Amino acid sequence: MPITRGFTGRRRPERPDRLPPGQYDTGSSWPTLTAEATPSLSQEQWEEQWRMSVDGLVAEPHSWTWSELQALPRSSYVGDIHCVTTWSKFDMTFTGVSVDTLLEVARPLPEAAYVLAHSTTGYTTNLPLADVTGGKAWVVWEVGGSPLPRGHGGPARLLVPHLYFWKSAKWITRLELLEHDRPGFWEQNGYHDRGDPWLEQRYQGDP
Amino acid sequence: MTAPAGGWTTGTIIEIDHPTDRLVRLRLHVDDRVDHMPGQHYVVRLRAPDGYTAQRSYSVASDPDDPLLELMVECLPGGEVSGFLHDIAEVGDVLELRGPIGGWFVWEGDVPAVCLAGGSGVVPVVAMTRYARRLGLHDLLRVVAVGRTWSELPYAAELQRYGAFLALTRENLGDRVAAPPYPAEMETLVHGAERAYICGSVGFASYATRLLQESGMRADAIRVEQFGESG
Repeated sequence: MPITRGFTGRRRPERPDRLPPGQYDTGSSWPTLTAEATPSLSQEQWEEQWRMSVDGLVAEPHSWTWSELQALPRSSYVGDIHCVTTWSKFDMTFTGVSVDTLLEVARPLPEAAYVLAHSTTGYTTNLPLADVTGGKAWVVWEVGGSPLPRGHGGPARLLVPHLYFWKSAKWITRLELLEHDRPGFWEQNGYHDRGDPWLEQRYQGDP
Repeated sequence: MTAPAGGWTTGTIIEIDHPTDRLVRLRLHVDDRVDHMPGQHYVVRLRAPDGYTAQRSYSVASDPDDPLLELMVECLPGGEVSGFLHDIAEVGDVLELRGPIGGWFVWEGDVPAVCLAGGSGVVPVVAMTRYARRLGLHDLLRVVAVGRTWSELPYAAELQRYGAFLALTRENLGDRVAAPPYPAEMETLVHGAERAYICGSVGFASYATRLLQESGMRADAIRVEQFGESG
């Protein structure tokens, strides 16, 4: 592809090993992007009504209330996140529960190979099961030691930090285990089924 | 229907102008162009001699029928890509482009809709109005455009000619006193709309979502395209 006449680029990453191709370090800002109306439930309503469910191809479909989820062993992620709109943010700390902990209760059946994550808004995103097991994914409700703000997916969101951040569904409420991959919201709308930022899998058709 | 999608290609700048000191309008000839649907966007990628690249997404303003692809880019402070497009790009330059992209914030002319756009968020809505005009679908698409002042609102005159309701927040417009749009102004525009499109900054999108819901729009009929500061 051609060099752009007159373009030298302003920012070179200080830690290029941490920045996937085509990404830049957003520094202290944390942009929010959403395709739908942000839910307007109060924290009290949310804690009363919300459930985190794991179902589909599992031996024991299970739902946790907000307080039941809080009582599970906590797990944190410290590291970077990468949004397909080209910002990356370093050194984030998220706290919640490992998806492994939820799957230990629900016990995926042998044929389960994919997960469709559902949000309270109807948003969905699809992931290979292998991308949410083995310590790679969380349901989180704290960022930097504070409650996760509503605009960033609070009270609870999925966190799959090794994939582009649209896979980390805001306002998560359900993980549905499937035998075959079923495209989610952005995946039906032109975005990649897996979304590995290091392979730059932004859009359908990317290798 | 599935919205069209295009891979990486190149485009040549045929026209460039600066409607205000913060906006640059680019009209490009796109090689092997895949025609877009109104509301879709393109990625512009800039490449430095050492291989460093920077890329950003910009909504398309042009009608799919337009032989050129039109982008209206707001120049953000320190914006690496928008700053280049604003200050350095000129006619004849070749840019890497990828698009069209996106299948959600798209209006195909199939349902009655209301658009609520703030500032440079009007750009995809302009594509929708141009499309509606050409196909005689004017009655299906109502538009509310919100800007600080007339001169800062991109495409203000064109949107007014379309029949958009314009709300300026920092100066009066005719006998309308400077203010954001309020529910009483929205009710007739929202009435009968089966879908809503909101495009603007994070703060605008949050305000507009509440406003539309207060005006009777169902939350699950609202589609949002929201942008942060990404230069």
